[in-house]
Amino acid sequence: MGRNQPWVRWEWIGDNRGQIWDQTVEHLQLTLIAVSIGFMLALGLSLLGIRFRRMYPAITSIAGILYTIPSLALFAFFVPITGLSKTTAEIGLVSYTLLILIRNITAGLDAVPPPVREAARGLGYRQPRLFWEVELPLAVPSIIAGLRIATVTVIGLVTVTSIISLGGLGLFILDGLRRDFLTPLVVGTVLTIALAATLDAMLLLAERQLAPSRRTARASR
Amino acid sequence: MATDSSALPAAASTSAAIRLEKVSKRFPGASSDAVSELSLEVHQGEITVFVGPSGCGKTTTLKMINRLEEPTSGRIEIFGRDQHATPAHELRRQIGYVIQEAGLFPHRTLAENIATVPHLLGWPKARIRERVAELAELVGLEPEQLERYPASLSGGQRQRAGVARALAADPPILLMDEPFGAVDPIVRNRLQDELLALQQRLHKTIVFVTHDIEEATKLGDRIAVLNVGGVLAQYAPPAELLREPADAFVEEFLGRERGLRELSLIPVSEITPERCCELPPSASCAEARAAMGRAGTDWALVVDDDHCVGWVDRARLDDAVPDVRAAAAPLARWITPRDNLREALEVALTSHTRVAIVQDDGRYLGVLPIERIAQRLEA
Repeated sequence: MGRNQPWVRWEWIGDNRGQIWDQTVEHLQLTLIAVSIGFMLALGLSLLGIRFRRMYPAITSIAGILYTIPSLALFAFFVPITGLSKTTAEIGLVSYTLLILIRNITAGLDAVPPPVREAARGLGYRQPRLFWEVELPLAVPSIIAGLRIATVTVIGLVTVTSIISLGGLGLFILDGLRRDFLTPLVVGTVLTIALAATLDAMLLLAERQLAPSRRTARASR
Repeated sequence: MATDSSALPAAASTSAAIRLEKVSKRFPGASSDAVSELSLEVHQGEITVFVGPSGCGKTTTLKMINRLEEPTSGRIEIFGRDQHATPAHELRRQIGYVIQEAGLFPHRTLAENIATVPHLLGWPKARIRERVAELAELVGLEPEQLERYPASLSGGQRQRAGVARALAADPPILLMDEPFGAVDPIVRNRLQDELLALQQRLHKTIVFVTHDIEEATKLGDRIAVLNVGGVLAQYAPPAELLREPADAFVEEFLGRERGLRELSLIPVSEITPERCCELPPSASCAEARAAMGRAGTDWALVVDDDHCVGWVDRARLDDAVPDVRAAAAPLARWITPRDNLREALEVALTSHTRVAIVQDDGRYLGVLPIERIAQRLEA
């Protein structure tokens, strides 16, 4: 790599403003779609695992295997089936969120104190209202912790999807490496980190909003 | 209330609010019954206590009333209607339910917790707010505490909120499952007194589960003592239970202080106080000695009309004083007709004279000697 070039050539950033913006949005989209679909799948699978306890080990084993497959190999595997499409990328990305999310959702719901659940039933709660108004809110801290890990993981993985010719900030990193040109490399890296930090902070804020009792409990101690 | 057809009647013609008929419960996989063929009637407007050692099925029985558990056999009637006449969740919204403090929703403020059942019943917001304020006052919670979360409040405050939550939709029946089990003895005592005061005003039908016989005799109008396996050992008002335990198990469960506990259920007014050696304030010391000699005691009370001025001790009579009024020592302790015999006994025991002096609003009524109190136990 050339030793004499500067870290950033500002005129390149100026010339490629539109591209940078488009790829950031693309990166964000790929991430949000993956985490959303992953969350819905994980929620369903968690409920299945809680309702039928014997299925839980099977569900987590499969999610665990998906999690251990190297990302590039997984993308490569799906290219012949789904082509060089967004679908290929999302299948891979979603499958990486499952293990983390299922574990955290299940742990959160399991941690609802039995007396609380029983009091709710005793006062006249029944499903599905019991789930939405009592169980899920109490699992929020654990679920958001899972979402934060999943989101940051996916943002990192989206940079890899560029290798299968999909968008995202990975394109700049790849471009920079190919051309021995630091500026796009730095732009791609910095924006990826910024994106991860921003989404993580937003989720943290969401938790504060959704689980105010924890904040109060901490503050009063 | 949800709908007119499913609402529990506010008052029924029969005095039995809840009737259990040969109710049995066997949990899946268990080799014996948790509750076996239990039949009893819970009287309307009374506090009925289920008490017994762990494994006696008292909590299971309670949970069968609001259908958190279903009986394996037998039936339960609530105000003369089979409990299955109403869907379980609707039945539960008409029966208050209080459990140990952990039962509050940690993610909701006290106000939101108290509003749970009205919220489920779909009351308008303004009406819920009004009701929450009313309940907070009833159970003794400060308005500023209502906006706090359970974790930041004391055990006693949480328990008050639990009672308020159970009373929110004004249910005729209240089920309480060891509600004061998690608070310290001083707070527990206060909460018990508060519950009794509340019951004076509300006249709910309360079923209360505890393993503490002391709590049972203090709170219960009627006590069901259950033995392991949900066998009803005895069902009686506390005084009867303490006086005539049905069998060795009940006797053992009542414990060694049974006699004292029985005394605490009898008011002083049930015994007519005795007269003792009484002197007018103007009596001289010589007259006092003579009177004590006739009565065969070495002390006397100085009584002015119907007011007890104090007492004199023969050994400390001093001829230098003009009359016994000047020699009298003030009374240190006395009892009123509203106190109970356990308190009378304690006063008599700690008194030099071995009697408890009975006064009502400063009016002297007589004395209760320690033997008279003890006699009441054998009666």
